[in-house]
Amino acid sequence: MLFLEQLLNGVQLGMMLFLMAAGLTLIFGIMHLINLAHGSLYMVGAYVTATVSLASGSFALGLVGGCLAAAACGVLIEMLAMRHLYHRDHLDQVLATFGIILTANEATKMIFGPQALFLNPPAWLSATVNILPETPYPAYRLFVIAAGIVVALFLRHVITHTRIGMLIRAGATHREMVTALGFNISLLFTLVFALGAALAGLAGGLAGPLLAIEVGMGEQILILTFVVIIIGGIGSVKGALVAGLLVGIVDTLSRAFLPTVLKTTLPAASADALAGSVSSMAIYILMAVVLVVRPQGLYHAYGT
Amino acid sequence: MRHRLISVSLFLCLAVLPPIAYALDDPFWITIATRMLIYGLAAMSLDFILGYGAMVSFGHAAFFGLGAYVVGVLTHHQFYDEIIPFLPFDWTGSVSALVQWPLAMLVAGLVALVIGALSLRTQGVYFIMITLAFAQMLYFFMIGLPDYGGEDGLNLWTRSEIWGLDLSDSSQFYYVVLVLVGCWFLLSSRMVKSRFGRVLIGCQQNEPRMQTLGYPVTRYKLTAFVISAMGTGLAGALAANQNEFVSPSLMAWTTSGELMVMVILGGMGTLLGPLLGAFLLLSLEEVLAGWTEHWMVILGPILVLSVLFARGGLYRFLAGKRDAK
Repeated sequence: MLFLEQLLNGVQLGMMLFLMAAGLTLIFGIMHLINLAHGSLYMVGAYVTATVSLASGSFALGLVGGCLAAAACGVLIEMLAMRHLYHRDHLDQVLATFGIILTANEATKMIFGPQALFLNPPAWLSATVNILPETPYPAYRLFVIAAGIVVALFLRHVITHTRIGMLIRAGATHREMVTALGFNISLLFTLVFALGAALAGLAGGLAGPLLAIEVGMGEQILILTFVVIIIGGIGSVKGALVAGLLVGIVDTLSRAFLPTVLKTTLPAASADALAGSVSSMAIYILMAVVLVVRPQGLYHAYGT
Repeated sequence: MRHRLISVSLFLCLAVLPPIAYALDDPFWITIATRMLIYGLAAMSLDFILGYGAMVSFGHAAFFGLGAYVVGVLTHHQFYDEIIPFLPFDWTGSVSALVQWPLAMLVAGLVALVIGALSLRTQGVYFIMITLAFAQMLYFFMIGLPDYGGEDGLNLWTRSEIWGLDLSDSSQFYYVVLVLVGCWFLLSSRMVKSRFGRVLIGCQQNEPRMQTLGYPVTRYKLTAFVISAMGTGLAGALAANQNEFVSPSLMAWTTSGELMVMVILGGMGTLLGPLLGAFLLLSLEEVLAGWTEHWMVILGPILVLSVLFARGGLYRFLAGKRDAK
């Protein structure tokens, strides 16, 4: 049942990517802002979660701390820099957020030191669960999947059934109209930025027990997140979920099974080498295919 | 006329740099200046599409790295006398610059043709993210190739060879790089002023209008993208020569970011500005790194502030705002 395990691993990666992409795609859809520093917020979430968990002994408390810290950093970045960039072109936004990444990475290295941190899953999640008879699977990964589903339902509820969500949808398509009706659009922007940052912090916190917590972890996932957003369509949370799962599953399965598949046709040594290269390219090939078929992504939500 | 004054005096200064460096007994400056020129060449090439075609490519590190790898792979095969795989004919590489460097440009151009054809189906922020993603794909591809060193990279056993010159001599190499940068600058500024360049600028200002006028807009933009990648590939080939080492880190996304920063600091749409931008950014890095090991924590805010407050870049500051472009 190796396949089922790898499939679940793919879903778990997909959920992490969804948490990142949901915030980023909302920020882009509403504020037309490209934010490279989203990966830095993920890193902040991971570091703070690990530090608080190790200090207090409670992973749940750590996660809350990670989310709050990332949200606070997000609000700070928004108020100091981003707010002045909404009306600039994307190039300026890319450069300013590039500067923020350099600062955040180096500051993290100064505060936490250059060596990676490691965090164990909390005791109540460290066991394995039999998903099928005789097929154990780590409970922690199931917890990550469950967290992703909860966030997806929560976002769906907020966006389609609350007043804030209504404003978010309206702000994305008819920004001037929302302002003209007397809503404080600047406050709305800050709120959305904080929400996106908190989701990135949650993703980082959840990644803690699965990966090494190190400087530069944010950029690795940021670029995957971009691929997710391109496939899903900018501004669409639904697209972020579908594309996140797609990318997670394709990436995990190609890494797991491509060497075996290639070995049926090629000699073992060159199959391994080729599979390593090709499987890390698989999601980009997926992206290229989606681009050829649907240049605006699967669920194109708003006008660019 | 201030443009001509600035460009002539800049290249004159650069031309007399090696004798001065020797006179001051500081030949290390030549190496630093060569590095700046090489990055300046890449930034100038990026400016060709960024400043004149409004294509914000966040993936130019890929072409830089490809150019470097062409030199690396050819030199590697020549050294071990091995046949290069996946070629229709038997060839064991070459160390001649006249073979390596044009080939580096050709490979970068061909890959840019594919990446550009796909990426130009989109616009704006999609284009930024897609070029970044493709560059990242090539980066991982290179990491996954154990034959060429994988993540550790390849050492070059020699620099490229040109008959009559010794490129391992730092000031001869410097002059070769300087001549190439000068030629690329002249070529680019001619292209910008040509009909081709005018169409490109027209697309930047109002693409639907150019389309309505009957210009095949995408074909023009793709051509510019390929030319830009070729210049960047040449810069990569020179960088491989200078370092005598190639590794995937040349293709890392931060290199793309740095090239963009150079263009913006120097002045977008000025060609010579990005060269100045490269000098500015790399000297800033040298100076800050001399102060503290955590220099990036100072450089980052400087970048943010310069984006927020200093618009137009160094070149426009020198040339006067009205005169620029």
